[in-house]
Amino acid sequence: MEFKYDVVVIGGGPAGLAAAYSAWEQKDTKVLIIERLEELGGILNQCIHNGFGLHYFREELTGPEYAQRFIDRLKETDVDIMLNTMVTDISSERVITAINPVNGCFEIKAKSIVLAMGCRERPRGAISTPGTRPAGIYTAGAAQRYANMDGYLVGRKIVVFGSGDIGLIMARRMTLEGAEVIAVLERGGVPSGLTRNIVQCLDDFGIPLMLNTTVVDISGRSRVESITIAKTDSRKNPIPGTEQKIDCDTLLLSVGLIPENDIPEATGVRMDPRTNGAVVYENDETTTEGIFACGNILQVHDLVDYVTSEAIRAGKGAAQYAKNGEPGSEGLLDVEVDTNMITYAVPQMIRPANVEKNVDISFRVRDRYEDSRIVVKDEEGNYVARYGVKAYIIPAEMQRITLPGKMLEKAKGSKIIIGIEKGE
Amino acid sequence: MKKVVCILCPRGCEMTVTGEEDNIKVSGNKCDKGIDFAKTEAFSPERTLTSTVHISGGIHTMLPVKTSKAIPKDLMAEAVKLIGKAEVSSPVKTGDVIIANILGTGADIIATRDM
Ligand SMILES: Cc1cc2nc3c(=O)[nH]c(=O)nc-3n(C[C@H](O)[C@H](O)[C@H](O)COP(=O)(O)OP(=O)(O)OC[C@H]3O[C@@H](n4cnc5c(N)ncnc54)[C@H](O)[C@@H]3O)c2cc1C
Repeated sequence: MEFKYDVVVIGGGPAGLAAAYSAWEQKDTKVLIIERLEELGGILNQCIHNGFGLHYFREELTGPEYAQRFIDRLKETDVDIMLNTMVTDISSERVITAINPVNGCFEIKAKSIVLAMGCRERPRGAISTPGTRPAGIYTAGAAQRYANMDGYLVGRKIVVFGSGDIGLIMARRMTLEGAEVIAVLERGGVPSGLTRNIVQCLDDFGIPLMLNTTVVDISGRSRVESITIAKTDSRKNPIPGTEQKIDCDTLLLSVGLIPENDIPEATGVRMDPRTNGAVVYENDETTTEGIFACGNILQVHDLVDYVTSEAIRAGKGAAQYAKNGEPGSEGLLDVEVDTNMITYAVPQMIRPANVEKNVDISFRVRDRYEDSRIVVKDEEGNYVARYGVKAYIIPAEMQRITLPGKMLEKAKGSKIIIGIEKGE
Repeated sequence: MKKVVCILCPRGCEMTVTGEEDNIKVSGNKCDKGIDFAKTEAFSPERTLTSTVHISGGIHTMLPVKTSKAIPKDLMAEAVKLIGKAEVSSPVKTGDVIIANILGTGADIIATRDM
């Protein structure tokens, strides 16, 4: 049996669902979603808390409800779905190799491909804590899955290391389920999770947030029995003499996410070392023709709503590529950032002729800036766009600007530069 | 005077509530929604509760649920205990009522996915 599609979307999380729907909306496009798990929805299935959809649906939904809305939309289309199917390889000619229990190892030919495989959590190895290797150390996301889908708690006396949102959400969940969460530790001086999560997950339950604090040792024979913490200096290194022992049976790690980038890397897609994701053009197309990327495999998102809008753009781009081939790249603009204030921007390149009305650019800032505005300049230093003054711009929140195509036409030179200026 | 951090959206405005019951003033809010939130938060805080109940015959062993509206913050722990005792069987649709009027709050516990 031969499988042939116009657009194949790999990954059935929120990015894949929205990309597939958007590709299908482009009329006469044969679309397939490939998902390795037994159901669609991706990581949203385990994110049972609410706070999703405020931008996109203008109401507050839980993760599963947000996913369900897109799953229901797809039911009204002829998009094909292959579950329990794992993609193992993609060639630059867009032949996909996949494995599932029905077809074994097989190939699928696609005119274009959307990569939507999400991200994974940084494991313990990525944070180099010394000590023994007992049971009782989990990533916060693994603990979330066990609690919310399989129905068991990973421990009773818990310390959370890292102040990312998933760790905060789990601190609340475990407390409500009867466990004791002793503290949340953060190596740096500012929490990496959103303020609303600090309030409703920690403050509501009196769970202390210990800033400038790290784990220096873990002990226990078969199960974690205690950890040793220490204060950190301005470079996040432990300060000798400040050690303190805490008895606990579980350590949850919430120390960041990394894009699932083995497949794009192996395909030869150009990667951006700043995002750990692919380099993309204005429509989320990578530097390998006909291969697109969106969602957490492209850049780690904190709001699923932005995942959705990025995926809509990728799905549309992929469908258009399947119909019309590669767009022209006359007047190609590099999107650069003022590296003192901004860490990266996506997309990294814009083909002005392929911008219909606007192009959305997302980026993250290094520090907290107050009463400041986002500005875009061209190579000669002229303003291409200036945005309204914001009370504050913070690293925990991805920033997003909409740049009208008309303004891009004014840009002189071969690049635009995004910066932050004090507002007046 | 009470300090309140808004949790309605990820912006997290830091607001100040002054005055008493019938003459309350709110400052620091960046949108109008913050005003009502700050008033409630200062005098009778409420939260939407999310949790899970056991389900038989479903694709997973737990079904995610939430309160249909916010309930008083200090009833959360008790509500979780009741939810923990509930059991349902597949099929369940998003929005199905699992426990009606939990603890007399007027809020129902409803399913948040099909299973
Ligand atoms: C543990 C965890 C908890 C999170 N909690 C929140 C939260 O509370 N709130 C929030 O806004 N954001 C949260 N996020 C961020 C969240 O991931 C994004 O908002 C959003 O879900 C990303 O969507 P996605 O579709 O890009 O990725 P995902 O939802 O991860 O979906 C990727 C899908 O691709 C599939 N897949 C991967 N590789 C393959 C392959 N080779 N073949 C076939 N299928 C494959 C996966 O099985 C998965 O279903 C969380 C992330 C993680 C990792």
